Amino acid sequence: MKPRHKRFAFIGLGLVVLGIATVLVLNAFQSNLVFFFTPTQVVNGEVPEGRSFRIGGMVEDGSLVRENDGLTVRFIVTDTAKRVPVTYKGILPDLFKEGKGAVAQGKLIGDGTFVASEVLAKHDENYMPPEAAAALAKAKASGAQQSKSLVVPEGRKDSL
Amino acid sequence: MIPEIGHFALILALCVAVVQGILPIYGAAVGNSALMAVAKPAARGQFLLVLTAFGCLAYAFAEKDFSVLYVAATSNSQLPLHYRLAAIWGAHEGSLLLWTLILTIWMFAVTLFSAHLPESTRSRILGVMGLVSIGFLLFMLTVSNPFERLIPAAAEGRDLNPLLQDPGMVIHPPMLYMGYVGFSVAFAFAIAALLGGNLDAAWARWSRPWTTVAWCFLTVGIAMGSGWAYYELGWGGWWFWDPVENASFMPWLAGTALVHSLAVTDKRGGFKVWTVLLAIMAFSLSLLGTFLVRSGVLTSVHAFATDPKRGMFILAFLAIVIGGSLALYAWRAPRVGLGGSFAAMSREGMLLANNVLLVAAMGSVLLGTLYPLFLDALDLGKISVGPPYFDSVFVPLMAPAVFLMGVGPLAQWKKASLPDLAKRLKWAFGVSVITAIVLPFVMGTWTPLLSLGLLLAIWIATTSVVTLRERLTHVAGNSLGERLASVPRSYWGMLVAHCGIAVFIVGVTMVKGFETEKDVRMNVGETATIGDYLFRFDGAQDVVGPNYTAARGSFSVSRDGRETTVLYPEKRRYTAQNQVMTEAAIDPGLLRDLYVSLGEPLDDGAWSVRLYHKPFVDWIWGGCFIMALGGVLAISDRRYRIAWRRQEPAVPAATRAARRKVA
Repeated sequence: MKPRHKRFAFIGLGLVVLGIATVLVLNAFQSNLVFFFTPTQVVNGEVPEGRSFRIGGMVEDGSLVRENDGLTVRFIVTDTAKRVPVTYKGILPDLFKEGKGAVAQGKLIGDGTFVASEVLAKHDENYMPPEAAAALAKAKASGAQQSKSLVVPEGRKDSL
Repeated sequence: MIPEIGHFALILALCVAVVQGILPIYGAAVGNSALMAVAKPAARGQFLLVLTAFGCLAYAFAEKDFSVLYVAATSNSQLPLHYRLAAIWGAHEGSLLLWTLILTIWMFAVTLFSAHLPESTRSRILGVMGLVSIGFLLFMLTVSNPFERLIPAAAEGRDLNPLLQDPGMVIHPPMLYMGYVGFSVAFAFAIAALLGGNLDAAWARWSRPWTTVAWCFLTVGIAMGSGWAYYELGWGGWWFWDPVENASFMPWLAGTALVHSLAVTDKRGGFKVWTVLLAIMAFSLSLLGTFLVRSGVLTSVHAFATDPKRGMFILAFLAIVIGGSLALYAWRAPRVGLGGSFAAMSREGMLLANNVLLVAAMGSVLLGTLYPLFLDALDLGKISVGPPYFDSVFVPLMAPAVFLMGVGPLAQWKKASLPDLAKRLKWAFGVSVITAIVLPFVMGTWTPLLSLGLLLAIWIATTSVVTLRERLTHVAGNSLGERLASVPRSYWGMLVAHCGIAVFIVGVTMVKGFETEKDVRMNVGETATIGDYLFRFDGAQDVVGPNYTAARGSFSVSRDGRETTVLYPEKRRYTAQNQVMTEAAIDPGLLRDLYVSLGEPLDDGAWSVRLYHKPFVDWIWGGCFIMALGGVLAISDRRYRIAWRRQEPAVPAATRAARRKVA
């Protein structure tokens, strides 16, 4: 092989390796994307089944309930239009509070409850996480008439 | 009055920066030495002016001048003095002032240590740094003025975010910025070389120590940030692949590649074009990091305010700096030349592979960090990229790089022989593989990742021993001590830094493999076991701090019936903003950390509690500090020292060539 050919082979091999690496990276990327949904989207069934996603909004006032084990908590995340019940087992972050914004990551189970594997509240006291703020703004924009029916009828929730 | 002096000093600094950015570069282009001579006094003057401004802001903080908006927003009369001073860089405006101050400190350092540089090169370097400084000063003076008045003055300040009231936070940002901004020197060297059109081994030798210093600061800065997250956020993680962390990690990856590529340019005159590109990349990523963290694009403790005007300014600034330097690169790089040729199997080849891998890793982090922002900006939906992505991409990219790290230092420049390398490394390889397979079984669990991590760490350690042994046979000296002493410091630096990586890998592997975590409800007197340790909760008491009140839990920890320690985690409520903060209690150790943090109070004095047993976790930061120590050793090498450099012309050319061969 002439040096020139050798060099081409070398470059070609490098490109192949780089190509494989790119495919692997993009594949890992694709399968680890976590999408964000608002409570309205969750209630309307727009969320992927069996896949982990994020939900954000306000933690409804008075909705936080702690179970007897002291670790499992239930609360409701709302964008003022729709409400989604969330359960989480573990210690909540310091900034988690009723009436404040929160983002949770996890999966939706059969009865429409969101089982969170992680609750994020990494913002400061006066600051809403952008996802949560966006969810509230979106619900507001999508019609004032909806916001009157703040409470989802029980039957509706079960039918989800 | 004092804040106005600070403001005025910034305006003057901007005027000086404009002069510094234009005249010397023009002077260098037309060969006018009077214009070039402006650079040095301008840089020093700018340093003094920015220092004055910084001092004025510090004074306002120390004196609790709540008529300054920034002071009122980030401090409080009850905040202790050291945190009031640290609050200078506790938010956006002040941290930019710190950035600019550090930039002028680096400029000042360049004026001090550049006596050996040709006049035109020095004036171009200082000119480029002046141009960067214009951007930052203009930014502060137009949209982000730290001296803005609040009229009428606030009676009380809003207080510094409690998360930032911590000794680690006092030093982390200056360290990180020293690193970020330090790459501006390497960048300025690269741009100066492109402008001047000559890029030789001497250029690489000049810019090497600067780059290494910046890299050391960045390494320590990142390690401190990670350590802070570990003990301050109260959930025991040390790296979250948070965009903010990624923002500091990307320049580090590019900077690490640059350090290695500069070595080739210095020793062999190769990789020239690539080195220049990496220098541009490292600094651009530092700017991008500043932008990501400080513009409010990201949600975290780092992002303080969302102001679109600021975002636009930094975006434009980024576009000008990155676009401008890449355009200059495209235009001038062909003149620089490629440098010497080398075989695929050679030290250059391996360093090139290492560079490609580091840059690929940087690219994958960049993708994971920017893609969600990009989608969001185009209103295509909100997504986030989780840690699993980074984990799954990083291990396969870094494992071959670490493997090459063991081989590279043993390979000859230009052309190495594979069978020869294999022969020299067979013992190191055998020992690493066997230990990596057997050790996890001895420790109780075997997983592929555990073995891989140990393999890589032991591989680095054993190959370092082989490298050092071979090196010792080549240097002059009779006794072992003499020969050890005659190994150049830069060589020790490399070995130490590589061993730092090994220590780091051991830490990561052991923590990932063996850490145990428990969230439990604990009544007073109740016990919980984690690792081999028994934790007994002895109840919580109320305590009062300078600017907070807290519940302090007490945990007696024992092992096999013998008391190990008592831990006092706290749940603090900072009064100024009524903000709750978890203060974890940690018993650090060489082989394990015990970590307790309080969750929430439950009935009857019970608390929800988080317990961790983290084996070898301190090795993670220890490894980073060892890496930085390696960098410090490397720059203390006598070939960089000024005195020696002055003597160099007197050294016969043959001796110099011989020395270079050895080094």
